[in-house]
Amino acid sequence: MSRYTAVTDADRQAMLEVIGVASVEELFGEIPAAVRMARALDLPAGLGEAEVYAHLRSLAARNACAEDELCFLGAGMYDHYVPALIDMLLGRSEFLTPYTPYQPEISQGGLQVMFEYQTAICELTAMDVSNASVYEGPSALAAAGYLAKLTNGRPRFVVSRAVHPHARETLVTLSAGYGTTVEEVALSGGVTDAAAWARAIDDDVAAVFVAQPNFLGAVEDLAPLIAAARAHGALVVVSADPLSLGILEPPGALGVDVCVGEGQTLGNRLDFGGPSFGFFATRDEHVRRMPGRIAGETRDVDGRRGFVLTLQTREQHIRREKATSNICTAQALNALAGVVYLSWLGRRGLVELAELLVRRSAFAREALVAIDGVSALHEQPVVREFAVSLGLPDLASVRRVIARCAAERVTPGYALGRDYPEYADGLLVAITEQRSREDIDRLVEVLGRALAAERAAAATGGAPA
Amino acid sequence: MSVTPETAMQRERAVTIFEKGQAGRRAYQPPPLDVPERPLDELIPARLRRSEPARLPEISEPELVRHYVRLSRRNFDLDSGFYPLGSCTMKHNPRLHERVAALPGHARLHPLTEPARAQGALALMWGLERALSEIAGLPHVSLQPSAGSHGELAGVLLTRAYHADRGEQRHKVLTPDTAHGTNPATVTMAGYEVVKVGTDAQGGVDIDDLRAKADGDVACLMLTNPNTLGLFDTNIEEIARIVHGVGGIVYYDGANLNAVMGISRPGDMGFDIVHFNLHKSFTQPHGGGGPGSGPIAVSAELEPYLPRPVIVRRGGAQGNGSTVEFDLDHDRPRSIGRLRGFQGNYGCFVRAYAYICSLGAAGLRDVSETAVLNANYLLARLRALGVCELLPPAYDRLCMHEFVLSGAPMKRELGIRTLDLAKRLLDYGYHPPTVYFPLLVEEALLVEPTETETKQTLDEFAAAVAEILREAREDPELVRNAPYSTPVRRLDEAGAAKHPLLRQPL
Amino acid sequence: MAEASYPQDLLYHPEHDWVRIDGDVATFGITWHAQDALGEVVFFEPPAVGAQLTQHEPYSEVESVKAVSDVIAPLSGEVIEVNDALAEQPESINEDPYGAGWIVKVRLADPSQTAALLDRDAYLALLA
Repeated sequence: MSRYTAVTDADRQAMLEVIGVASVEELFGEIPAAVRMARALDLPAGLGEAEVYAHLRSLAARNACAEDELCFLGAGMYDHYVPALIDMLLGRSEFLTPYTPYQPEISQGGLQVMFEYQTAICELTAMDVSNASVYEGPSALAAAGYLAKLTNGRPRFVVSRAVHPHARETLVTLSAGYGTTVEEVALSGGVTDAAAWARAIDDDVAAVFVAQPNFLGAVEDLAPLIAAARAHGALVVVSADPLSLGILEPPGALGVDVCVGEGQTLGNRLDFGGPSFGFFATRDEHVRRMPGRIAGETRDVDGRRGFVLTLQTREQHIRREKATSNICTAQALNALAGVVYLSWLGRRGLVELAELLVRRSAFAREALVAIDGVSALHEQPVVREFAVSLGLPDLASVRRVIARCAAERVTPGYALGRDYPEYADGLLVAITEQRSREDIDRLVEVLGRALAAERAAAATGGAPA
Repeated sequence: MSVTPETAMQRERAVTIFEKGQAGRRAYQPPPLDVPERPLDELIPARLRRSEPARLPEISEPELVRHYVRLSRRNFDLDSGFYPLGSCTMKHNPRLHERVAALPGHARLHPLTEPARAQGALALMWGLERALSEIAGLPHVSLQPSAGSHGELAGVLLTRAYHADRGEQRHKVLTPDTAHGTNPATVTMAGYEVVKVGTDAQGGVDIDDLRAKADGDVACLMLTNPNTLGLFDTNIEEIARIVHGVGGIVYYDGANLNAVMGISRPGDMGFDIVHFNLHKSFTQPHGGGGPGSGPIAVSAELEPYLPRPVIVRRGGAQGNGSTVEFDLDHDRPRSIGRLRGFQGNYGCFVRAYAYICSLGAAGLRDVSETAVLNANYLLARLRALGVCELLPPAYDRLCMHEFVLSGAPMKRELGIRTLDLAKRLLDYGYHPPTVYFPLLVEEALLVEPTETETKQTLDEFAAAVAEILREAREDPELVRNAPYSTPVRRLDEAGAAKHPLLRQPL
Repeated sequence: MAEASYPQDLLYHPEHDWVRIDGDVATFGITWHAQDALGEVVFFEPPAVGAQLTQHEPYSEVESVKAVSDVIAPLSGEVIEVNDALAEQPESINEDPYGAGWIVKVRLADPSQTAALLDRDAYLALLA
């Protein structure tokens, strides 16, 4: 018996008798001998709960996490404070353990949460309709590409180089399946080069993709980019940071076709990159090509207000090869955290948080560029993340500086040179409400010291160990 | 038809969070501003900013908690009751997993942390990969895909890359007509044409039909074994031979892995690619519709095409005294690329890894033996109670971890459909089995008890089904108008689809 | 429509579509069997006027809550009229599949194609 099964010898005897076989082995009798395992699985023996806990703790102890160190990493996932009530709600059996709500009569809790989440996303993005979540940010962008392909069948995608590198790569991977090419448009001054963008767009472009704020933290001027796409009938997809939409003009107000994004920043943990959720919102005219689950309102036989999964004929379990996506499992629990977080922030709280981040980011950027040798990588307005140039010769030197900071338990940011060779000495710095003035001062101090040491070592002609 | 008085929960009308609270209320309080209060216009031009705030609720924390706790009670869940949803493997979700996943070293770890400072996470992922590899019988694993269907997509894209690398243009993917809907949907997304293969009288793949359709234009065969009818296809080796014979890839949909862990391995059956559903056999809680995780295991030939990055083990101490054993390798020239951001659903890896540590080799085998025992026992109990006269099993064989009944005789003789039986089961405090899948079986009822249920629970469930059939004989209307005791009764799904209301008007 | 019904004066396609011929113009719809299998129709998007239909090929889709079905052209021709009322009331296909639930009117390209269709008795035999 394993820890979670309960078949005693007496149970087994009785059950085998009812079934009419002599042994459990007989139940596997139809499996050909050639494909039966002749040995046990080569895995360690099972452990008790306390031992498993100790082992997982020892693994945790080998990770430099934001609990013990100052973390300025961003790039789509942010170290926000998750309120305790979210832990409590996500731990409730009724939210944690049920399946997708295929029997709506006993799933009104989950269905109403989806309906509320959809409403919250529509409000945030100013789009007409949202689904109940998709896996995460980059695959949401790729899913928007599939929607465009189903809508107009054109052969090209045009994407800004300032869209998240993982999202661009995911789009390329998925579109290779159905044959749409992906072309990148370069940046200028830290934002999408509007002239190059307009030149790249033609009547054979299915969709264009831009991020807001972009990967370098810059607020893009979306209106001319959208106009250029509209002029050729291409669909417009904007990938937006949901928290920044507390203060920025929402894409829906600018008439985009699809607004997607990474939802981790809304009430979800970092979890080394997942699970989180992606949001996916569109105009009414695209609703029947939107992927994923959608909850809709209706009445029961007695006239009670209730909710059901609806427009299911888009989905794999009905439409099969003609489905708008192959999604079965979504991210319901993470979307619950998202809508609870947005409700916890509330109408004013979201604005106040965003304004706090704008002011702290501006302060941090100024303080960092005051360090000798450091300059702003771009001068664009930023909300909660920005990029600086460290004045170093290459990515390797940036990594050494980051390692020096790590020794003082500060992660100063992400080395942009990993994804952008043209920004080899770039550093992407993210600010959350957990990064106080004191923390920013410490960042400046530690990074300044690390840079000075790196420059000194370079001057003496050798890279230190 | 009996008239039941309204329950308290039925009396409580659905009110969304947007209809609660009041202007001026709040839960969150931002910290005091500790940097200069520069005018926003200086920092972000007004024309780039929102003119009106998003109309989120204005609500206090106690109201917020009460709203969602009350809402949670309008859900049935696995901790509360039996959930024999076929194809979903609703097994117990151990709370140990929530505790370890919440450890800050796992939960508050940023995905872009330098690998040298995330060795615990990479070691965990490496350990999980090795375990899944051993269970599948295939050497190489990627944990990146976000769910089973995402893993399927990875598998088909891998197949495409494999053939392209050999200069071959193939256009078709074969799937059995019993396949889960994600299979054909995935095939289309990957740019292939779906070709259906028939099912024979024993419930397995029709070998003659397969031979006729397997040609040099077939990229891949996607199969589940045991299949969605809960039956092990005894011709599996021949099937693999036929497809390999035309140079095709054989893909295993791992949704039904719960039946064969430690007993038979997809790699040994001849499969080249396997996907796992960590939210099925490996206890990641379903969360009401996710998150999940869909790792894949592949043969050596397909390894170069795996999604990037890949975890590598370098081993040994570095010159500076630190031990960087594990790393993320992005330098993968033949990789299909990325399917998503970062490394995948690490929170799900922690839970699955803890589960495998808890069970070990013997425990995993016990899982499959007990899952198959429980399913066969439940079927035998239903037979013994006469249920199978109206709901006969679709195939008269031993099942594996799940079985399919057909409600066609019940429909003919009692005028009650599988749907009605399911709705009446709600009144008895059960989540019904899966209905109307697989499509091959008329009025299908797909039952998967899983290994974590006791014999007593199975007996009680069988008795409830028998009781409902008795009710249906005496008073069919009673069953047709069920449920009566749930928070809402049958809902107008047609109305919801015709006149979609997909958000709360504000 | 609660009771199965298959009018005598129509021709039937094996994929459960019916045809009413009026000179060189034909009206198409789906049969009682098809609407019964689908359940309540919730959505239907008609082809455009002027669209060219090919015999045996799908020209549209009908959706119920739980299913999607191709609508097959029983004969080839050009769409000259579309039943716009179905946009608001798709359930007409269930309630009156041969009357108010008509789908398109078509100018036939080749009236001799009716040879491939079934009369009422042959269609009933197919259903049995």
